[in-house]
Amino acid sequence: MLSEIILKMKGINKSFPGVRALHNVDFVLRKGEIHALMGENGAGKSTLIKVLTGVYEKDAGQNILDGESVHFKSPQEALNNGIGTVFQEIALCPNLTVAENMFIGRNNNNFVHWKKMNTRAEEMLDSLGIPASPTQELSSCSIAVQQMVAIARAIDMDCKILILDEPTSSLDEDEVQKLFALMRELKARGVGIIFITHFLDQVYEISDTITVLRNGELIGEYQTSKLPQIELISHMMGKALSDVSEMKKQDQHKSGSGTPVFEATALSSAAGVRPFNFTIEKGEVNGFAGLLGSGRSESVRAIFAADKVTGGEIKINGKKVKLKTPLDAMKNGIGYLPEDRKHDGIIGELSVRDNIILALQVMKGFFRPFSRKQAEEFANEYIQKLDIRTPSTNTPIQSLSGGNQQKVVLARWLLTHPMYLILDEPTRGIDVGTKVEIQKLVLKLAEDGMSLTFISSEIDEMLRVCSRLIVMKDREIVGELSGTNLTEQDAMLMIAQGGK
Amino acid sequence: MLRLKAYVNRLSHLFLPLSVLALLIIINLIKGADYFSITMVNGAFYGNIPNILFGASELVILSIGMTLVTAASRGQDISIGEIGAITSATFVLYVLNAGNVTVWTILVGFLISCVVGIIIGAFNGTLVSVFKVQPMVATLILFLGGRSIAFMIDGKVSPILANEISNKIGTVIPGIPIQTPIILTAVFIAIVAVVLKTTNLRLYVESVGINPSAVRLNGIDPKKIIFLTFLIMGVCSAVAGFIAVNKAGRHDSVNILKFIMMDAILAVALGGNSLAGGKFSISGSIIGAYTIEMLNRTLLRLEVNPEAIKSFKAVFIIILMVIASPVVRVLVGKVLDRIKTFYSDRQTDGLNNAAVSITGATGKKEE
Repeated sequence: MLSEIILKMKGINKSFPGVRALHNVDFVLRKGEIHALMGENGAGKSTLIKVLTGVYEKDAGQNILDGESVHFKSPQEALNNGIGTVFQEIALCPNLTVAENMFIGRNNNNFVHWKKMNTRAEEMLDSLGIPASPTQELSSCSIAVQQMVAIARAIDMDCKILILDEPTSSLDEDEVQKLFALMRELKARGVGIIFITHFLDQVYEISDTITVLRNGELIGEYQTSKLPQIELISHMMGKALSDVSEMKKQDQHKSGSGTPVFEATALSSAAGVRPFNFTIEKGEVNGFAGLLGSGRSESVRAIFAADKVTGGEIKINGKKVKLKTPLDAMKNGIGYLPEDRKHDGIIGELSVRDNIILALQVMKGFFRPFSRKQAEEFANEYIQKLDIRTPSTNTPIQSLSGGNQQKVVLARWLLTHPMYLILDEPTRGIDVGTKVEIQKLVLKLAEDGMSLTFISSEIDEMLRVCSRLIVMKDREIVGELSGTNLTEQDAMLMIAQGGK
Repeated sequence: MLRLKAYVNRLSHLFLPLSVLALLIIINLIKGADYFSITMVNGAFYGNIPNILFGASELVILSIGMTLVTAASRGQDISIGEIGAITSATFVLYVLNAGNVTVWTILVGFLISCVVGIIIGAFNGTLVSVFKVQPMVATLILFLGGRSIAFMIDGKVSPILANEISNKIGTVIPGIPIQTPIILTAVFIAIVAVVLKTTNLRLYVESVGINPSAVRLNGIDPKKIIFLTFLIMGVCSAVAGFIAVNKAGRHDSVNILKFIMMDAILAVALGGNSLAGGKFSISGSIIGAYTIEMLNRTLLRLEVNPEAIKSFKAVFIIILMVIASPVVRVLVGKVLDRIKTFYSDRQTDGLNNAAVSITGATGKKEE
């Protein structure tokens, strides 16, 4: 594969106050290539993209596009020069139509030619095989289609480079395949695609080349077919191969001690989950498996009373209790780390310290604030325990990397010493290293007697930590897997067949 | 050194109001060096500074409430002047009907007006927190109707508060050299400081303003906190109304605390607070409120035509807001950074070159 080079970044340096984000990084993209940019959180992937597209100004280095040195001052300018970018969060307007979303802010004249815009949009959607109509409201499309519309928006007729930053993190398997089909189509047209993701399997499925960054430095460029997964992980983490494989083997399942700590009978909530029964034993780690939208999150939200509970009975340590609000659940020793970290987890502008003490402080009460010293102690204790990388306890949580933000939210719940902790997608969108750390932590907590529910859309991750899987489909529990049946095939089969 | 830096950082949000304050002082000193002179008249301090402290009393108290409402509800209460008009009307009604006026009469009247303030705050708070009406729209109701309610309570045009105690509250208590409204404001600020110290009001209000849905999952009910800030706003309005009516000596339901919400919102903004909620600084708002009062008086002192004062104030505020805007702040930061790196580059040039060659070598090895 020695095709023509369209982009060459040479010796890129970029520093932020106190941090060196990129140091002498080179990057090469060829025509018709899908190039995965890999690295843990904070490795510098996003910074590199932002330097390229003109969001940040680089301190040193050169960007060469089609043989010409270029210097973009804004993403708009980059787009006009054939570099389209789709960021992780879909930045579209759900209440506008598909065509409006594709052309908003792009028409050069101040008046919109509705007819022209719609026909042009139709052409583009057709040629890319996106199943949407231009006049349809965007919110009526599935998330995958919305993602594709975002891509259609990013690529113009003469698009040379498409950058996809974590495009698949909110898609299910089927939708990912649709997205991949679109990427292959673009590849065939000669578009160079830079693909950032945390899903290793997806990298191997679609990419031709992998560039690994670590701590702002280039580790190397590899051909995907010649780089075993385990080696890739070791490059990303900077650890020797033996360490990584050892971690993979750590298949110690935690099953409970036999005494149930939490029992729910016919529990249902306003979020639309069918009445279900659920039990967890002391020291047990179990999980809810199922596709996106199968009701996994809704079920645990019902347990935590995060949605309005409409029926059912709950026993904690054998005693009947009523949980009406999250505070009731918290007071009964339940913790809940929500799926959407940004929207439901962190309090962005508040300090790491305040974010850590929040839940415990709320349980202690409005009129009994912790002293500054006490709060500082709590924060420092967990910063050390969970190895949270933060400049200080005073730093606003939003300026930390995703993995560290997640650790802070985790610390918040660990500080309350819950007897039952629910983790909904705790490892989503965070780097491999932190992922493994969190998995290890879950197993250790269970060993110390805590009961945990661990939900992940990566089923092999759940198989690694859970001793029992509750399989859900269409907002209903369809079965349970444990012991020798606890394999990926069995889980898939159960989801596919709907149990029984 | 580090501690000093952290301390400076913590005070950085006060940069804007303090620099404006300094600017105003300079202007005033140029106009006449006797600006700070304080004289004793009838056993009380008299001069520009006491006048500013005296004149800003109501505004300071209201800006405290406005800060909390803004932080939690991400919107503003525009009915505060009208709430003050209603609560002070009930105060006057009670005092005038009491016959013999003692300190107790005044105190009970004041407490009744506070209760009325809380009830009105509950009304606004319910609209905002339960019915999710935009704060400005919800409070527009009383902004429009409040003064006629106050008028109806008065029953006649401008009832007069002709008693000795009210006079003392509005001006000075013999033997104490500081005007009473200044003392009352100081006491109010002290109470607020104690409340912030002994409760989690700050943590809860800021969290609710930043991310209500995350806060809910941590056991805080955002509705209750937003409701609470409106209750506090009601109390602030009642206290401000109490001071205003005692200062004036009569209840003029048309003009009392008129358009003060504009200055209160401005004080919040001037104090470095985001009008979109979240983290807040009450000290910033307080300094902002005094700054506004000082601005008003400076313009008077510069003999600006009274008709033109409002437009002068507007121009001043525009300049201020542009200087304080994030855009300018980033620009200044960039310029400072460039100067800094220019100097540090010169110093560490040799060192950096060495570091580059080392990392370059390890990079190759790993490939």
